[in-house]
Amino acid sequence: MSDQPVLPDYGDPSPCVADNASFCTDWFTAHWSTLFWPALAEHVELTVLAVGFGFVLALAAAVLAHFQGWFTAPASFVASFLYTVPPLALFQLLVPVTGFSVLTVEIALVAYSLYLLFTTVLTGLREVPQDAVRAATGMGLTRRQILFRVELPLAVPSLVSALRITTVMTIGTVAIAAYVIDAGLGSLILKALQSPFNTLFIGSGALAVALALTADGLLLLAGRLLTPWARSRRNA
Amino acid sequence: MSQDPSTAPVGAQEIVFDRVVKAYPGAAAPAVDDLSLTVPAGEICVLLGPSGSGKTTALMMVNRLAEPTGGDIRIGGRSVRDMDPIELRRSIGYVIQSAGLFPHQTIADNVATVPRVLGWAKKRTRERVAELLDLVGLPVNEFGGRYPAQLSGGQRQRVGIARALAADPPVMLMDEPFGALDPITREHVQDEFLALHDRIRKTVVFVSHDIDEAVKMGDRIAVLREGGRLAQYDEPRTLLKEPADAFVARFVGADRGLKRLSLLRLSDLEPAAAGEDSAGLPELPAEATLRAALSLMVAQGTDRVRVRGADDTRLGTVSLDAVRKAGAA
Repeated sequence: MSDQPVLPDYGDPSPCVADNASFCTDWFTAHWSTLFWPALAEHVELTVLAVGFGFVLALAAAVLAHFQGWFTAPASFVASFLYTVPPLALFQLLVPVTGFSVLTVEIALVAYSLYLLFTTVLTGLREVPQDAVRAATGMGLTRRQILFRVELPLAVPSLVSALRITTVMTIGTVAIAAYVIDAGLGSLILKALQSPFNTLFIGSGALAVALALTADGLLLLAGRLLTPWARSRRNA
Repeated sequence: MSQDPSTAPVGAQEIVFDRVVKAYPGAAAPAVDDLSLTVPAGEICVLLGPSGSGKTTALMMVNRLAEPTGGDIRIGGRSVRDMDPIELRRSIGYVIQSAGLFPHQTIADNVATVPRVLGWAKKRTRERVAELLDLVGLPVNEFGGRYPAQLSGGQRQRVGIARALAADPPVMLMDEPFGALDPITREHVQDEFLALHDRIRKTVVFVSHDIDEAVKMGDRIAVLREGGRLAQYDEPRTLLKEPADAFVARFVGADRGLKRLSLLRLSDLEPAAAGEDSAGLPELPAEATLRAALSLMVAQGTDRVRVRGADDTRLGTVSLDAVRKAGAA
């Protein structure tokens, strides 16, 4: 019994499961709707929440830094400081304050995402062709109109690449959130490691990888759709 | 193309620079120093000078991209200081060297920029865009949906001009608009702009560092020297014939005599009757410049050219002597 894996009680094991083979398709499909799909959905939810909040915060900070140069240094300092704290350590620091909660996880994830988002978005805003901005100013667009009609649209490629990097990174980091809350694919991975149970481990790990690749691909596609002008340049 | 009421000459306005000074804090000398000149309504005034002569700064003070530190600029009698900068800029066409088109917007959207911020109705904007793109020879059906990156440099600059004209401004500012174009395209776009200007008659302030361009485009040329001081303000012919000082003479070049000839056309002279001996002479159309005629005579080793009128009629001959006299007149 000692070299047998300690399986969670998921019903009568098939021979494949009893042998703890690398991957048992029958078990995976049988537990898709009760185990894998909910975990995947939670993973997506935690990621979207973190990247969404992080993006809004970073965008606001980058626009402020773009308008008011003095804000750049303190914002970069805070963002890069937060980036240097490993999320796992941040979880431990936050738990006494915010408990074993989604809030703890999200605070850590957002804090970790800010640096990449902020610097990439700010660079994107700064690299907008100055001719376009000068022409817009000369034609009498207000500062706000220049931001929304010229600078932000032209920074879309930068915004998209910031979102891509951060999303892929966050999908990986959300897996660690299982140390704080019982949610997401990380939670399944943790249980599989404790068992150890290969099908659960490989199944949830592969889903995390597939999720990251899919999210990256979708964002890439969205970026292309949002910037037909950049595509026309390539074909010109 | 038929003359349309909205592109017909309308209220071009006089621009007056009145003892304008622009001093940047910390700079030893002002960028523009005591600049006074009047650009009559409907004329093209070229601000000509080397780098550091403050010509772009002078231009930017008209639409308050730079604020004068002294003196005043009036458009149609009204001080620019009394106008809201945003409204002022929307009432002035602005063209810059690289065209400054918005790369993320189609050509039609680019041209619609000012009408949109002015809140024009969609239909009116659409019609105006079509009309302007027609005017600069880029029909909206073919070019309206393209992006700037899909156009040549010359086409982009024409879109830049159409965009500047969108709200039918009485005044246009052009900052080395053709400076980034290759020589052949530049000449072509210059000709087109002059033809366009003949129809729309805006008051234009045009910055250039190129004397040939200034002579070609300008009804008047203001030569600025370093430190933003006005060295001379005259019509091209006068500037070339009587440069005010050594600086202007050097800037307009030792070939200013030739440049003067480029302002005159064979049709400006009275051709002598072509005798039977004119058969072997080189021939030029009547709209050719005297400079071209002189060049042809030098190249062919003759002292006369035959002038061809419209429909290939022979108008007579023009002699080297006549060219020389016209150049010195």
